[in-house]
Amino acid sequence: MADIVTSLKRPLRTPWNALRFDSKRLLAPAIGWIAPALLVLVWQSSASLGWLSDSLLPSPFAVLAAGWRLTLSGDLPRNVEVSFLRALAGLVVGGAIGFAFGLANGLSRASDHATDTTLQMARNIPHLALIPLVIVWFGIDEAAKLFLVALGVFFPIYANTLHGVRSVDPQLVEMARSYGMRRFELFRRVILPGALPSIFVGLRYALGIMWLTLIVAETIAAQSGVGYMAMQAREFLQLDVVVLAIVIYALLGKLADVVVRALERACLAWRPALHGD
Amino acid sequence: MSLAEAASLLRASADTPAASITLRGIIKSFGDKRVLRGLDLDVAAGQFIAVIGRSGCGKSTLLRLIAGLDAPDAGAIDFDAGADVAPRVMFQEPRLLPWANVIANVEVGLGARRREADARRRALDALAAVGLADRAADWPGNLSGGQKQRVALARALVSRPRVLALDEPLGALDALTRIEMQSLLEAAWRREGFTALLVTHDVAEAVALADRIVLLEDGAVALDLDVAPPRPRLRGSPEFGRLEETILDRLLGPRRRP
Ligand SMILES: Nc1ncnc2c1ncn2[C@@H]1O[C@H](COP(=O)(O)OP(=O)(O)OP(=O)(O)O)[C@@H](O)[C@H]1O
Ligand SMILES: [Mg+2]
Repeated sequence: MADIVTSLKRPLRTPWNALRFDSKRLLAPAIGWIAPALLVLVWQSSASLGWLSDSLLPSPFAVLAAGWRLTLSGDLPRNVEVSFLRALAGLVVGGAIGFAFGLANGLSRASDHATDTTLQMARNIPHLALIPLVIVWFGIDEAAKLFLVALGVFFPIYANTLHGVRSVDPQLVEMARSYGMRRFELFRRVILPGALPSIFVGLRYALGIMWLTLIVAETIAAQSGVGYMAMQAREFLQLDVVVLAIVIYALLGKLADVVVRALERACLAWRPALHGD
Repeated sequence: MSLAEAASLLRASADTPAASITLRGIIKSFGDKRVLRGLDLDVAAGQFIAVIGRSGCGKSTLLRLIAGLDAPDAGAIDFDAGADVAPRVMFQEPRLLPWANVIANVEVGLGARRREADARRRALDALAAVGLADRAADWPGNLSGGQKQRVALARALVSRPRVLALDEPLGALDALTRIEMQSLLEAAWRREGFTALLVTHDVAEAVALADRIVLLEDGAVALDLDVAPPRPRLRGSPEFGRLEETILDRLLGPRRRP
């Protein structure tokens, strides 16, 4: 009987759902862009009308022009690439270590006893406060940036992986065991998918910290990268390049967010709550 | 493949014999609390036995011991067929993996054989037998409570177990779905011939399904009744009602009515 009900419902439900889904997909992002577009418009008009001095805030047009100029000279692509690779390397190294410790401590009591207290202590050190020390250790080498980003990214990934593994439904684990799942299969089919939503939360936090760390590190201790480009420009009073650098950081941050959202949609498709946003 | 074809296919290949269960002197305590106190029970191969009793009397504990999810403090549990019985369990909650689609969840039930080439086909057959072949690709989150329990039943049956232990599997379902599930369960048992051990708090359900009803009290079997009515049983028949009365009287004491 339940089958009759579902089969009756289906043809009715599909078009309505499709309609709603489409309108949401098309309209929601458009609405989201209205405010930023207005802001840029007001900004440009104020600059054009002379209300905004070039020495305080260059117009959007001037920023675009600076972007074009630096793209042609090759400075912009080179610095963006350097920053992007630094961010990625730090994320991979710090994220992998955090993930490994999170899994180990979530799965093994012995490992948890041995390392968790130490790792929790490390959380209380603001990693940016280590910059002077890091400069002494590594100079303004790539290693310095890698170390700082990896350190910053480590904790949110560690803590959320650990939490994810611990909060996997024990009833599911018992069920899987009763059907003969052991060790790696149990991990791959039950524990990891169960922990994944929490790991994604950690990844989002980590991305925010990643960009923040990189901006500070590149501004203080670097010979290349978007932050370095901004500091150079400040010395020559090229405010358009400074604003350009800020915009680039924002775009890189947005790009990372888009990638994570796409990953989330692919990996967590089973979650009914994950529509749209 | 039609449902009838699938059913006959399953019947034709019914080559796994049911296992009998023998429990001797089972003792199980949690801390100071002794839940099972030297329980003895023999379940014949292919029998459908219902275990009833007050809440907290140790029904789930007994079932978990038989299913091998826990070990007794003392006593022995034997299946006539030896160690390779692998009793299957159906819990009150469906316990489906939410990140695996319906068919993959059923494949989990194949145990060590889920990596074999025909795993998908066997899972589909089992799913067809519970009438959900058309939902194979869905996420469990999109099924109703009753449908989830049917998937859990398919998962429990796909490996053609010799013993199936059920811990109030229908407790959370509405009355109508419950009756549907009861007939589905009875049909599966008649078709496959496994030994069924059903824990339930619903005396009517026990009377409707079981060959034998066991009342658990003070950590041991307090009442052991054979249920005679032929199948399929008609609810509301006088014999049915008398049996239910006997058990309820024993459970609640005869003074429950003015
Ligand atoms: N893991 C456990 N740790 C401690 N005590 C437990 C545990 N499992 C069960 N118990 C206790 O053992 C007793 C029997 O529990 P059990 O779950 O077997 O009861 P039940 O007959 O299934 O009850 P219900 O009908 O409510 O499901 C209860 O008093 C319970 O508190
Ligand atoms: Mg119970």
